[in-house]
Amino acid sequence: MLEIYQVSKSFPTPQGPLAVLQSISLNLAAGNTLALTGESGSGKSTLLHLVAGLDSVDAGTVRVGGETVTGRADADRARLRRTTIGLVFQQFNLLPSLTVGANLAFQARLCGRHEPAHLADLTRRLGLDGLLDRYPEQLSGGQQQRVAIGRTLAARPQLILADEPTGNLDEATGDAVLDLFLDEVRASGAALLMVTHSERLAARLGHQHHLSQGRLESRS
Amino acid sequence: MRPLVQTLRALLAHWRRHPVQLAAWVVGLMLATALWSGVQALNTQARESYDRAAGLFAGAAQPMLVAREGETLTDDVFATLRQAGWPVSPLLEGRVRVGEQALTLVGIDPVTLPAEAAAASAVDQTGFELAAFLTRPGLTLAGPDTLQQLGVEPGAELRLASGALLPPLAVASTVPPGTLLVDVGLAQQLLQRPSELSRLLVADDPRWQTQALPEDLAERLYWQHGQSEDDLTRLTDSFHLNLTALGLLAFVVGLFIVNGATGLAFEQRSSLLRTLRACGVSGRQVVLALLFEVLLLALVAGLLGLLLGYGLAALLLPDVAASLQGLYGARVAGALQLEPRWWLAGLGMSLCGALLAAVGSLWQAARLPVLGLARREAWRAHQQRGVMLLALLGGGLWLLALGLFMAGSGLVVAFAGLAALLLGAALCLPGLLSVAVGIGQRLARGPVAEWFWAEARQQVSALSLALMALLLALAANIGVGSMVDSFRLTFTGWLDQRLAAEVYMNAEDAEQAEQMVEWLVGQPEIEAILPTGHLISRYADEPLELNGIRVHDTYRDHWPVQQQLADGWDRVGTGQAAMISEQMARRFDLAPGDSLTLGLAATPWLLQVAGIYADYGNPRAQMVVDLDALMARAEGPLRQGFSLRLHPDAAPQLVERARRDLGLEGTAVIDQASVRNFSEQVFERTFVATGALNTLTLGVAGVALLTSLLTLTQSRLPQLAPLWAQGLSRRHLAWLEWLRTLCLAGFTILLAVPLGLLLAWCLVAIINVEAFGWRLPLYLFPEQWLRLIGLAALTTVLATAWPLWRLGRQSPATWSKVFAHEQ
Repeated sequence: MLEIYQVSKSFPTPQGPLAVLQSISLNLAAGNTLALTGESGSGKSTLLHLVAGLDSVDAGTVRVGGETVTGRADADRARLRRTTIGLVFQQFNLLPSLTVGANLAFQARLCGRHEPAHLADLTRRLGLDGLLDRYPEQLSGGQQQRVAIGRTLAARPQLILADEPTGNLDEATGDAVLDLFLDEVRASGAALLMVTHSERLAARLGHQHHLSQGRLESRS
Repeated sequence: MRPLVQTLRALLAHWRRHPVQLAAWVVGLMLATALWSGVQALNTQARESYDRAAGLFAGAAQPMLVAREGETLTDDVFATLRQAGWPVSPLLEGRVRVGEQALTLVGIDPVTLPAEAAAASAVDQTGFELAAFLTRPGLTLAGPDTLQQLGVEPGAELRLASGALLPPLAVASTVPPGTLLVDVGLAQQLLQRPSELSRLLVADDPRWQTQALPEDLAERLYWQHGQSEDDLTRLTDSFHLNLTALGLLAFVVGLFIVNGATGLAFEQRSSLLRTLRACGVSGRQVVLALLFEVLLLALVAGLLGLLLGYGLAALLLPDVAASLQGLYGARVAGALQLEPRWWLAGLGMSLCGALLAAVGSLWQAARLPVLGLARREAWRAHQQRGVMLLALLGGGLWLLALGLFMAGSGLVVAFAGLAALLLGAALCLPGLLSVAVGIGQRLARGPVAEWFWAEARQQVSALSLALMALLLALAANIGVGSMVDSFRLTFTGWLDQRLAAEVYMNAEDAEQAEQMVEWLVGQPEIEAILPTGHLISRYADEPLELNGIRVHDTYRDHWPVQQQLADGWDRVGTGQAAMISEQMARRFDLAPGDSLTLGLAATPWLLQVAGIYADYGNPRAQMVVDLDALMARAEGPLRQGFSLRLHPDAAPQLVERARRDLGLEGTAVIDQASVRNFSEQVFERTFVATGALNTLTLGVAGVALLTSLLTLTQSRLPQLAPLWAQGLSRRHLAWLEWLRTLCLAGFTILLAVPLGLLLAWCLVAIINVEAFGWRLPLYLFPEQWLRLIGLAALTTVLATAWPLWRLGRQSPATWSKVFAHEQ
């Protein structure tokens, strides 16, 4: 599902280019889960952004579902995110102007895969039934992250990219949300690439990789 | 002190990171100050010129003796009165030319000048050299602006068009623009009027005004109280009030920019303010630092604005001076000379405006809780409630406007009503936009369309100030434009009626009038000679233009009469009735059939109002009466003239012959086309300043929109990035953002049309009537609206294109930073 081959990325700084990722390669098959750990600034999020086509590589190739992400136009990469990839962020990134119901349905409607019955089932399982008419600002952090997860899963993506999905939540809430998230991902059959600081959370995923000084180390 | 300094440093650091926002703030206040102070500079300059004209020889208060009709005032009369102990002083006034410039030459006798006249003129000033003035070669006193206008330095000797040489020039700041002051004996020589005097100034002492004149002079002289300059101030007040109103509108529009930028800066710095509070800076210190920051920025913007305002005023002054001369005959110095108080007042206005624009943010800062997360959404929800409050306030202002229009009277009240109307409409705008966006939201199908309208609803608050500015500026443009074009159409039609004769001749004096009659009867192509006599008198203590005519079919067929009694012109011909101008009828509440009494001579003249006619462009009350009846009652000489009927093709030759045979110059003989041309030129120049201010106001609104969007797009990324992450391209999102702004601006532009028309109606039906005394018919000019709508749309497109182009061009790295949890 996900093939990353020899990907490098650097950022310009006043002191010259700073290499964040150096010749990174990894594969992730459909239905598998992979945790990417590393220190702050190790390039975890950057790698996630490159996979999602939110940023472009300096060298190497990224393929998602057989389609090459790297070297494509912005509009093509956007189409890929719309149809194949689902993103879950630490900051939730809900649309503040839309209700919870509209936020949940948003991406599924955007990619033309809106199934009301599936969404209703998902909503119920995520415990968001009574919150559909509220606005994001009226929810707690845990509730907001559940909405973000529901929004992603409702569109039935083949690859889910999660960037510290529980990083803004306390441990108990984070664990509860992650349980729910992993259950739903497994049920959907999608591949999951999750970035996290926490070795404890990483251990709950099928595979673990560690990023250090721009290089990848496999731990499983 | 240290926390205050550190707080201020932390606050000011925000502007280093947001230079566009800082530019918006400074440009907003700078433009507001520039337009306001520019208008005030024009008004100050004009008023200073009136004051100097009024002050010369004490103007209004100065009693004087002048010669009766057919009599000439000479040195002998002056000598006789002085010998009899009368405190009189001779004065001779005439027109001279220096190169292309026409100037007024005034001859005085500084030794006998009454004390109050001396105080008002230059002759009691320190440094005035009486001996140098009286002895050859003498001195020519002139205002500094006159010297500047002539392009000469003090000490220069001017040569008149007649060839005569004036004494060396000396500067006297109290001498009005366009006036030269010399010794009366010298003036008699220069004007080639030996022994002649225009009037005798008399000390302003009631004893002398009740004293009977010597018997042999009583029939030759009469008392006159020169009040024209004082009247000038009153008459021109409406003109200046109009300019002030436009300046104030531009100032308010500029303050919208400042308010928007301040509000956004506060929102962006709310977490900084909380942090400062958490670090031990007291709420009072935070507010003080914010206040100091506002004053510091206002000082810089105010000074820049004053410089810009000065430039603007210098640019517009020639047109304003021409308008004032054309409309009121007022001479205004052509070069700006502003006193320190103008600079101080402008700076004060700038500081007050900045404080007014920032008061909301300062209030919020004072009430900011130390704890609690900065929640943009909650702030926005608060703004939504504000939209409702604003709409209610706007409705209240409309009711106030209605009340003022229905119950109030006077120009200031009318302008207050107009201000309430415009401000009320502006305050209702966010509410109306919310309603329109709500309809769009209900009609939307598809997730992107739903998000589009939902975001539009939230953006109404953020953009409302800029859109209010656009609404006000565009409505003002449509309103004033409709009024001016209606006026132009009416004025052109009115000129057709009023200028029925083919050639007009004006005599300098009775002798020249006789020469003209003799010459005219010998011209075979003339079909009718219509004699006229003109006199400035007073009615109910206001100036009145009295026009004497001999009733003729030309008047019956062409005069722009609005309403009249049956056989109105025949009644005028009897000498017992008069046609009065619309402004006179409105000012004194007169209607056809009413009676009025003129106090021209010892016996009152009872006249019936036979009709009312339109007299656009003339601020004075005017009346048309029978010429013979007027001559019989007038104490002083009439300014005589002749309107000539002949075939239009023969007019240019007749004018040329009259100039040659009678030695006439300038407007002494002029054909209809030239008068029309001149009148139309005066008309157009009158509205040059108005047009320029209007265009600038629209420009300021454009800047308001631009700066609002520039600052808004900086805070839009967090809203847009999630959509980008979900598969909408950056270009698509930039287009949607652009389209949304255009929708909001487009709706505002559409609302501006009815508001502009309402404004136009108020201008012609209320303001014009209060200011000038005439009411115009309101014509509609859809092509003008389309032009303005196009201009506003273009302004909007340009103002929105750049920030959104920038948004679309931002690198993916910038967009993806939104998702970085280390942010």
